[in-house]
Amino acid sequence: MIYKHANTGGCENACCLKIEHLSVRIGSEVILDDINLHMHCGQIVALIGPNGAGKSTLIRAILGQREYEGKITFHSADGKQTRLRIGYVPQSPAFDPADPISVLDLFTCCIAKRPAFLRPGKALREKVLECLSRVHGESLIDKRVGTLSGGELQRVLLALALEPMPNMLILDEPLSGVDVEGMELLMDMLDEIRKTYDLSILMTTHDFSMLERYADRVVLLREKILCKGTPLEVLNSDEFAQAFHLGGAK
Amino acid sequence: MSIWYALCEATHLEFLHMTFMKNALLAVLILAPLFGLLSTMIVTGRMSFFSDALGHSGFTGIAVGVLCGAVQPIGWAVGLAVLFALLFSFVRSRSRQSADTIIGVFSSTAVALGIFIATLGGSSFTKFNKYLIGDILSVTPGEIGRLALVLLGVALLWIFAANRLFLTAVHPQLASSRGIPTEKTQALFTVCIAVVVTLAMSWVGLMVINSLLVLPAASSRNIARNLREYHLFSVLGALFCSIGGLVTAYYLGCSAGATIALYLALYFTVTFFFRNTRQ
Repeated sequence: MIYKHANTGGCENACCLKIEHLSVRIGSEVILDDINLHMHCGQIVALIGPNGAGKSTLIRAILGQREYEGKITFHSADGKQTRLRIGYVPQSPAFDPADPISVLDLFTCCIAKRPAFLRPGKALREKVLECLSRVHGESLIDKRVGTLSGGELQRVLLALALEPMPNMLILDEPLSGVDVEGMELLMDMLDEIRKTYDLSILMTTHDFSMLERYADRVVLLREKILCKGTPLEVLNSDEFAQAFHLGGAK
Repeated sequence: MSIWYALCEATHLEFLHMTFMKNALLAVLILAPLFGLLSTMIVTGRMSFFSDALGHSGFTGIAVGVLCGAVQPIGWAVGLAVLFALLFSFVRSRSRQSADTIIGVFSSTAVALGIFIATLGGSSFTKFNKYLIGDILSVTPGEIGRLALVLLGVALLWIFAANRLFLTAVHPQLASSRGIPTEKTQALFTVCIAVVVTLAMSWVGLMVINSLLVLPAASSRNIARNLREYHLFSVLGALFCSIGGLVTAYYLGCSAGATIALYLALYFTVTFFFRNTRQ
């Protein structure tokens, strides 16, 4: 397991995101029920579950876009509660191919005070190039976001999520619409990022082929956490087989 | 205004001899960049149907104003359109129905209510025709001053909030994750469109006002590669088409608003054929 980060133990001496007794309801309908989860810096945690399991709702709750009951706190390595800075990579296909918005424009809208409809200064362009270099995407700076391939767009959104540098990265279905080569490139990049910047990474996915190789922990969700553990533990569990209707476990 | 009149006289252009044409040209020079700017955000945010509906609610406001005995019912129109915009934003954020369905509900209700009030007790609808067709030639210096203030307001909004507005329009979730209050940002922009649409309705005409809010940016998107070009081609296109439309309408004796809209349609057609050369 050369991809695994050294820190896969408890909360001691590692920064930690703690989700405690988190529930989300719409009226009387329960979307998420009593979720308890700890995520440590340097870990890649994969959130899996069938459609409608509540994965996106959990992400929105962590992002603060959804009301919830319970507690979400972030603690630094010395145990003190600190502010959680999240870098978010949304599910990709929301950009209209006809939108005349370049990658540079997108960055300008997100990280600069200068209006994006004015010519960007040299310093801003260099700053964006530096951000893109983290995902080896400098050549994409003048391309329109709507014309990028699935893998290129994910890399751009990833670079955007890393500015300013967060202490947690959330990726919503980063592998959908990306070819196998693009998937490996993206996952290698995430692996490099978590090691370089010691980030915790939470990603939802429907692609289980990459889990064993890259994820430290897998969380199986359907309204509540059905199972969590190493990729092998979860993928071989009864709960996994039942959730995905695989016709019996093991 | 005297400086503007002197400038017009200095051009020795025949169509600028009359005072009403001098006023109309100045109004068009203010309205065109205003529509050019708003257009970029309306098209990017897929709000073209919504801006059309706002015009309808403005019309209802005018009908209510006339019913209440107002000599200048435009204040009522602005008030009702702003209320409509805020109510729409509220309902959209709390409904699972698609935005165009909710717009359809609001729009048809507004039109029905407007016509109901306008024809109440057997009243003639004729007095409302000027709002449907528009008459830029009747614009007064005071109204031009009011338009200039609105342009200044929109320009300031663009300088200070364009990045947030665009990010919210292209990807609300991404915008929200970066700390942008997307609901408030959208509400602010819808109020802005409501004010501009209703103020400009008397001069451009309800029937064609939406073409000015959609066509400049729709044409610009055909050839623009980034946000700078998008704004530039939208504002320039709106300016040239508005001036061309006004002059043509003067010589042909037809509605200026409709002629400007036709010029913009021509602009869209031309840029459509060049769309692949630049992208």
